[in-house]
Amino acid sequence: MTSLALSREGLARVRPGPAVAAVLIALFLLLFLVVPVVQVIFVAFQDKTTGAFTLVNFADFFRNDLFMRSFWNSFYVSAMSVVVASLLALPLAYLTTRFEFRGAVLIQSLGIIPLIMPPFIGAVAMQLLFGRNGTVNLLLREHFGFSIPFMEGLNGVIFVQSIHYFPFILINLSASLKNIDRAMEESAQNLGCHGFRLFRRIVFPLAMPGYVAGASLVFIKVFDDLGTPLLLNVNDMLAPQAYLRISSIGISDPMGYVISVVLIVCSLLALWVSALAMKGKDYATVQRGGGGLARRRMKPLEMVAAYGVVLLILVLVLAPHIGLTLLSFATIWSFSPFPDALTLKHYDTVFVESGQYITNTLLYASLAALLDVVIGTAIAYLVLRTKLAGRQWLDYVAMAALAVPGVVLGIGYLRSFYDVPMPFTGQPLSGFWLILVFALAIRRLPYALRACTAALQQVSSSLEEAAENLGATKLRTISRVVVPLMSGGILAGFVTSFATAAVELSATIMLVHSQSDAPLAYGLYVYMQSAAGRGPGAALGIFAVIIVGLGTYLSHVIIERGRRERGQDH
Amino acid sequence: MSRTLHGVAAALAVMLASSTAAFAQDPSGKLVVVTSFPKDLTSAFQQAFQKAHPKVTVEILNRNTNAGVKYLQETASNNGTDLFWASAPDAFEVLKGANLLQAYKPKVEGIPDKVGAYPVNDPEGMYAGFAASGYGIMWNTRYMKANNLPAPKEWSDLAKPIYYDHVAISAPSRSGTTHLTIETILQGEGWEKGWRTNKEIAGNYRTITERSFGVPDGVNSGSFGIGIVIDFFALSSQASGFPVEFAYPTVTTIVPANIGIVKNAPNKAAAETFVDFVLSPQGQEVLLQPAIRRLPVNPATYAKAPADYPNPFKDKSLGASVNFDVEVSQARYNVVDALFDQLITFQLDDLKAATRAIHQAEAALAKKPNEKGKALVAEARDLVAAMPVTAAEAADPQLAGAFTVERKSATDAVPERQAQVEQKWAAFAKENYAAARKKAEEALVLAR
Repeated sequence: MTSLALSREGLARVRPGPAVAAVLIALFLLLFLVVPVVQVIFVAFQDKTTGAFTLVNFADFFRNDLFMRSFWNSFYVSAMSVVVASLLALPLAYLTTRFEFRGAVLIQSLGIIPLIMPPFIGAVAMQLLFGRNGTVNLLLREHFGFSIPFMEGLNGVIFVQSIHYFPFILINLSASLKNIDRAMEESAQNLGCHGFRLFRRIVFPLAMPGYVAGASLVFIKVFDDLGTPLLLNVNDMLAPQAYLRISSIGISDPMGYVISVVLIVCSLLALWVSALAMKGKDYATVQRGGGGLARRRMKPLEMVAAYGVVLLILVLVLAPHIGLTLLSFATIWSFSPFPDALTLKHYDTVFVESGQYITNTLLYASLAALLDVVIGTAIAYLVLRTKLAGRQWLDYVAMAALAVPGVVLGIGYLRSFYDVPMPFTGQPLSGFWLILVFALAIRRLPYALRACTAALQQVSSSLEEAAENLGATKLRTISRVVVPLMSGGILAGFVTSFATAAVELSATIMLVHSQSDAPLAYGLYVYMQSAAGRGPGAALGIFAVIIVGLGTYLSHVIIERGRRERGQDH
Repeated sequence: MSRTLHGVAAALAVMLASSTAAFAQDPSGKLVVVTSFPKDLTSAFQQAFQKAHPKVTVEILNRNTNAGVKYLQETASNNGTDLFWASAPDAFEVLKGANLLQAYKPKVEGIPDKVGAYPVNDPEGMYAGFAASGYGIMWNTRYMKANNLPAPKEWSDLAKPIYYDHVAISAPSRSGTTHLTIETILQGEGWEKGWRTNKEIAGNYRTITERSFGVPDGVNSGSFGIGIVIDFFALSSQASGFPVEFAYPTVTTIVPANIGIVKNAPNKAAAETFVDFVLSPQGQEVLLQPAIRRLPVNPATYAKAPADYPNPFKDKSLGASVNFDVEVSQARYNVVDALFDQLITFQLDDLKAATRAIHQAEAALAKKPNEKGKALVAEARDLVAAMPVTAAEAADPQLAGAFTVERKSATDAVPERQAQVEQKWAAFAKENYAAARKKAEEALVLAR
């Protein structure tokens, strides 16, 4: 906080508006992120018996083989997931923005859907399809006598994670590609640059902000992710180790919190490295007339190849959904390539029992995502366009939320807000559903923030200067010039925040205080704990996917129409 | 005959008790229940209870056992929960130790003191058993057929080479029920031999899951063939139509699943009524539903059960072979969990490699006997079975202190930190498994 305190001279130089916004955001982050987390992790720095400050727990961390092995495994898995996710995202993003491609919007929307695969069941579906005795391997063994270990150990984690998180790269990269000034490409072509060289030397470097934003998100997310390794029973990674320690009864050991601190530090390092990579480069383009790369028609043969690649990738990334759909209609699916028979009864069950979950989810996730894009845009603006002292810290602190395991945040909220009674009713504040919204907003803020930052990086500040020279006030400039130009990035941020908040579980599970306030992920969790609940759980998962998918598609359509009306697109 | 009479008397007593209670004052308001039980069980009880007591609204909060305990601890200062309802007795012990439960003596009569060798209720009345469960082996019949595996019957069967890479279990540190299974084997066979059995079975593990339900889930879907599970997971999976079967080994413990009233419960009257309802004949019958399938603690209820339903009160062999000592279990609770994690869960690859080598060497030696090779394999087996701590050390409060001590006072010195102890054990296991593998490989060369 001290870094945010403005000196007298500083105050004189800046306008009050940004400063007020900065202070409000800082307060929000302090109250709902820093305080709860510190409440939990200070244990890491305490001597277990005396309570005095110590670093011996960190020494223990580095002396422990298991923790070091977990550390390297986490690192390896995250790096490999970025590689595989890039291989999936690059063709989709490039082909759909670069060429006249029928159903480009559909492909882009479908490409986002993996993000909204609810926890628990995504990996269940993948096991059913690609596991040792999943559909693919059973068929392979039956017909060809061999099987492929897709899902064994770390490979399984990499496979599932890259399918799950590649949309981060896809969304941010597509947004960047769409914002590249066509003039750049045309000048390059005029100078004789074509084909892959054009892509490598001009297009890709110009799209770098989006790619780096997406890739760093994937890296951190995988580094920090808990659900997938746990479901695949891979325990020797950092996040599972932290979770297993923190949530076990009777183990009042500080190591779980030490690992949480290590996770936070590593994620901050990854962010810092990605910021370094972008430093000193100017990606802003002045013109908006072009509105993205020139789309060209493909030759028939190229067309076949392109459709082939896109289809292959789509089938792969939608595999969890295909598996889930089958599961939701299946009577019994056990050690066989396909279910024994199909039924509609699971949908019946869900329809009767779960309406409340769905409305709650829509409410919580959209409020959280709205909060995220507002704060995300504000922070991006403060960081990139103002000279406020300590503005970078807003960015760092907000991004640190990415590295805070959901359980830690959940426990922190309980510790911070449980003894605070709510006005009028006197019930504990932590039981109020809005607290859950704040928890979701904090946890998903980094996605929105990265997307908004990337979007603003591509808007040249000379446009704002021009507007101000013409007499527009700062506020008017922001609302009429900056925000509309950032709309693609803001939408990307909203969609990622919304979609992922809708299926968040780890903080939710600590904070739900009554069934009538529970969101969908909680309902899924409850279903998935019993043999008879698998079918209804899958059906509820399908509902989640459809609702969020529909929401995504609709907002995409609305924004596209807005762009067209403003004449930004052709 | 006398049992039936007993049952009738119990039923009458309950009717009497509940009718007087109804006359006295039927409870009303919201009843908040934190539970780890699946929806199938909770919603069945919820509906039945609300039918009997329409003025009460039951709110079910589903948390896994550990998260539930954590939740009650974190919210104790401003408690809003009336009941805690879960399987593992030791979770209730933790709550009792933290002074978070409230004593209540159920009005229902006719419930025996013991099921198998385990007491049904907490002696101090802090929580009451309402359903019994035993641990056993569950398998997927399609999987077994496809892999030509015979059905296992005893724990020791699971150590056979034929089951290599086919068995799954959940980590005892993550699942109270698995902890009891491991502890039962340790108490039934003794510390050294029990760990030998546990590790020989572990050599055949396909995976160690983090949730108890992960095991039946995997067996149901066929991702592995055999699981070590609590009975109702298997029975309810079977009832849902999955091609699975289940057997109780001789060495098993029947343990009650429990319900307890939380201290400072906002709606104490309704909480007490709920406890009585769960134990009443009406409530106990709910347990027989196909999707639930738990063993009632009220012996009279078995009269209404299907023919092949296991009955621990009639079948005396069930769960009686081990006299389960709760105190021994309590004293080394965390040590056993940590040992399992450090020696097995986090060293599974090394352990499996050693086991594989031993199996291969033994198979080769069976064809071409060789005295030296046999001795080497025996040494390898001993290396795998070796433990870094003895039974006496495991029960030593000094060692247990490394796992439990909170900051009570500045003078409370702990000899070693948990992370140090664990590192020592892990290194011990790693070294031994590598040495065992080497010896088994030497034996294999001799047998060729």
